[in-house]
Amino acid sequence: MVSSTPPLIAHDTRPRDVTRDVCSPLERKPKALWWLGLLVAGSALLLGVVCVAYQIRVGIGTWGLDRTVGWGFDITNFVFWVGIGHAGTLISAVLLLFRQKWRTSINRSAEAMTIFAVICAGLFPVIHMGRPWLAFWVFPYPNGRGPLWVNFRSALLWDVFAIGTYFTISLLFWYVGLIPDLATVRDRARGWRRKVYGWLSLGWTGTARSWSRYEVACALLAALATPLVVSVHSVVSSDFATSVIPGWHANVFPPYFVIGAVFSGFGMVLTLMLVARKVMGYERYITHSHILAMCKVLVFTGSIVGLAYATELFTAWYSGSAYEQFTFANRMRGPMGWAYGIMVGCNVVVPQLLWLSRVRHSVLAVFVISLLVNVGMWFERFVIIVGSLERDFLPSSWTSYVPTPVELGTLIGSFGLFFTLFLLFCRYLPMISMSEVKTVLAPEHGGAHSHGDHA
Amino acid sequence: MSRRQMVGYFEEESAVLHALRICRERGLETLDVVSPFPIHGLDEALGIRRTRLPWLTLAGGLAGLALGLAAQYWSSASDWPLDVGGKPFDSFPAFVPVAFELTILGAGLCTVFGLLGRIGLHPWRRVGPTRPRTSDDRIAIVLAQHDARVEPREMRQVMLECGAVEVVEEELP
Repeated sequence: MVSSTPPLIAHDTRPRDVTRDVCSPLERKPKALWWLGLLVAGSALLLGVVCVAYQIRVGIGTWGLDRTVGWGFDITNFVFWVGIGHAGTLISAVLLLFRQKWRTSINRSAEAMTIFAVICAGLFPVIHMGRPWLAFWVFPYPNGRGPLWVNFRSALLWDVFAIGTYFTISLLFWYVGLIPDLATVRDRARGWRRKVYGWLSLGWTGTARSWSRYEVACALLAALATPLVVSVHSVVSSDFATSVIPGWHANVFPPYFVIGAVFSGFGMVLTLMLVARKVMGYERYITHSHILAMCKVLVFTGSIVGLAYATELFTAWYSGSAYEQFTFANRMRGPMGWAYGIMVGCNVVVPQLLWLSRVRHSVLAVFVISLLVNVGMWFERFVIIVGSLERDFLPSSWTSYVPTPVELGTLIGSFGLFFTLFLLFCRYLPMISMSEVKTVLAPEHGGAHSHGDHA
Repeated sequence: MSRRQMVGYFEEESAVLHALRICRERGLETLDVVSPFPIHGLDEALGIRRTRLPWLTLAGGLAGLALGLAAQYWSSASDWPLDVGGKPFDSFPAFVPVAFELTILGAGLCTVFGLLGRIGLHPWRRVGPTRPRTSDDRIAIVLAQHDARVEPREMRQVMLECGAVEVVEEELP
């Protein structure tokens, strides 16, 4: 496997090095850089907590929404964060089914990213309800009002089931993947840490039969997660596509949202991985081959996103509907034209730079592009949601949406929550899947590809 | 019968498969292989039966699907039919997303808890002192020891010839 292509992992790495490199950050005191990161992320989280507490106490009148623009930052952030999660599932499930070995170094943290992103996403519809203590009303449960059931024909209810299932399955898939590695950490630990990791690893010992069952279960979960991830953002897109707002009710929305989600998710994976390999010293495991592979995914999905934008414009023109045509003309040249420019620039134009070998091989350039992709994809949702609502059917109800400091604080707070969870994950759980990386090492060092009898 | 077993530690995966073949040829009984990563080809070598876990996944998925469709039909069309935008009460196309999600949820839960149940994993499971480095870089072959006098020497010899880095005799409590 490694004869013609450069190895995924630095070729002199042995299984013992993998264990040491991945476990040692958990066993020593964290670096100053980690504390600094936690301080920044924790402060952002605190700001978010204050803002959310304030808006729950006072009400969502503290937001910049009005009768014309009923969805603003809240739903933009919701769609943004759900989308971020999709790359984690793609890397862990779809690439597992396609037997892409390069996923092994990044799948653990990408899956963690999925879970944390879905947590961030889930917060927004709940606080958007205004009375979050009644959030359980979204579930069908026998109640004293009839019982009056939820409306199963509503895309908003589909969301509850899609996001709930997505979170549950992602969490289980991630945890099942963690079990053998937690056992490794347990075997190296002493005292209370051994006890805690002993509970967490569920008593895994790595016998032949358990590995055999384990691998089948992982393949099954991957096969389940693959259609699931496609369904989740399709359902999210139905929140818009099943409405009658020009700019929202488009047939192209489900595939357009799914590919956009994968695109934005890979942008976030790249951002996180480039930081993590530097801060944690994982250059040996997250090599240039990984960065190049992710760049290719970014160019591919970014181009499809561009195609989706073009399809939207074509459909608007071809529909012959004055409202549809106005919406898109307004989107490009109206008061929110600047946001449309950011969206197209960051999502369609900038990733094309990755065709150039010089750009692809520069870590800094790739990092900047990945950040721009994150920005661009946030603006895509903002353009779709606010841009379509601001210009109503009646010019008398046209407004301009301006987010309030509370909304900005909540957005910053969601990033704070995401990065706080991610930093804690880096500190307390093995960030790289040791048992999987050990199977892709170069053959002379006991990797799983050492077929043949040279014993 | 004596309660002893012989454990050979290997660092090369290919050496393990080779050693297992030699052991079988010599008529030695392999009890288990403990490894830090999955090794392909062990199932045949150790005679591990194919798992029936996929059937449990299928059952869980079908249960989720049935529950999803039944609950939606019953609550929307039977228990409290509510006119929403003039749509029919039994609007099955609209029930597809929730039924689909519940199918996946049922299948996934059954897969994970089926796995944990079948290989006996739970937080309170007591793990004694684990064999050194078998969750790190060493693969252990555990051989059954039926005769305390004759077999140990042969077992040790076979495993060392096959590339074992260490061979240890274990006494079970």
